[in-house]
Amino acid sequence: MRWSFANDLPIYTQLVEQIKVGVVTGAFPPGERLPSVRDLATEAGVNPNTMQRALAQLESEGLVYSQRTAGRFVTEDEARIGEAKRDLAQKHVARFMEAMRSLAISREETLSLLEAEYGKETGDE
Amino acid sequence: MNVLTCNALSKAYGKTPALSGVSLNVESGHIVGLLGPNGSGKTTLIKLANGLLTPDDGTITVCGMRPGKGSHALVSYLPERAVLPEWMSVTQILDFYADFYADFNRDAAQEMIRHLGIEEKQRIRQMSKGTREKVQLIMVMSRQAKLYLLDEPIGGVDPATRDYILSTIISNYNPEAAVVISTHLIADVEKILDDVIFLNRGCVVLENSVDEIRETRGVSVDALFREVFKC
Repeated sequence: MRWSFANDLPIYTQLVEQIKVGVVTGAFPPGERLPSVRDLATEAGVNPNTMQRALAQLESEGLVYSQRTAGRFVTEDEARIGEAKRDLAQKHVARFMEAMRSLAISREETLSLLEAEYGKETGDE
Repeated sequence: MNVLTCNALSKAYGKTPALSGVSLNVESGHIVGLLGPNGSGKTTLIKLANGLLTPDDGTITVCGMRPGKGSHALVSYLPERAVLPEWMSVTQILDFYADFYADFNRDAAQEMIRHLGIEEKQRIRQMSKGTREKVQLIMVMSRQAKLYLLDEPIGGVDPATRDYILSTIISNYNPEAAVVISTHLIADVEKILDDVIFLNRGCVVLENSVDEIRETRGVSVDALFREVFKC
């Protein structure tokens, strides 16, 4: 996993989001045991208490669960993972819309820009 | 539990005040950044905590004890400058720490030394500045102390060494102990800190958690520091 942090947001919310991306993209596959808090903190280069807080948050959102002695695991609930994926996508869309609005780009222009971008990707333009 | 407590602590060098009425608490399980510009009193506070200096006024306690023989056994101190005797080999330094400190975990230290690819027969004199700093930090972090006082642990080393030092601090994290790190290289350390204490001209000007600063002010601790201490 690659970790990177922006300066203007709490570290813990960024950890929550990045681990979520890891779960959604399969870097942390369903049902898999997560590394220990200390190992995750060392890998991400963050404070262990902050990592602990992020995992607790993910647990309360149902994306990970703990087993008393065995540690923390990624949920096997595919529907929950799908929901998290949609949430993440929605956040990106909201940010994108915000940027378009601040540039005063109309709905039609935005849509045609998107179409063009998709066209580039599939090469069928 | 409070590991380090200062109450209206003051210290002056002759007529020059170094600390004026500092009150603060550091709890176990926390990694705290002691941040401030040069001459703000960071080193003075650390030296008071390990009994190298005595307060003019106010009190300072470590796990409820005034600095002295009892507290020395609980405090692991990384001084600002290199103190390992240059003629010693790594093996001799390991012996030295094992003799001096009952809480020294020799196996852990050896493991970290090996991991760095340092030969135990190598002498300090033969090492680069960065390697010396790594060896010294390994010795300090291999004690099972209650309070780690790290005075400028990342000053004057390259970014890769800096990362190594920070990850050594994280991987040795112990919920029973507190770590105090003094530095002015804030951008590098802020991700590993729970809380920060800003010192300016011997006074505490801010005490808060890193994420609360980022949450409420929408800036990093580094940016806030630049704002508070703008010259």
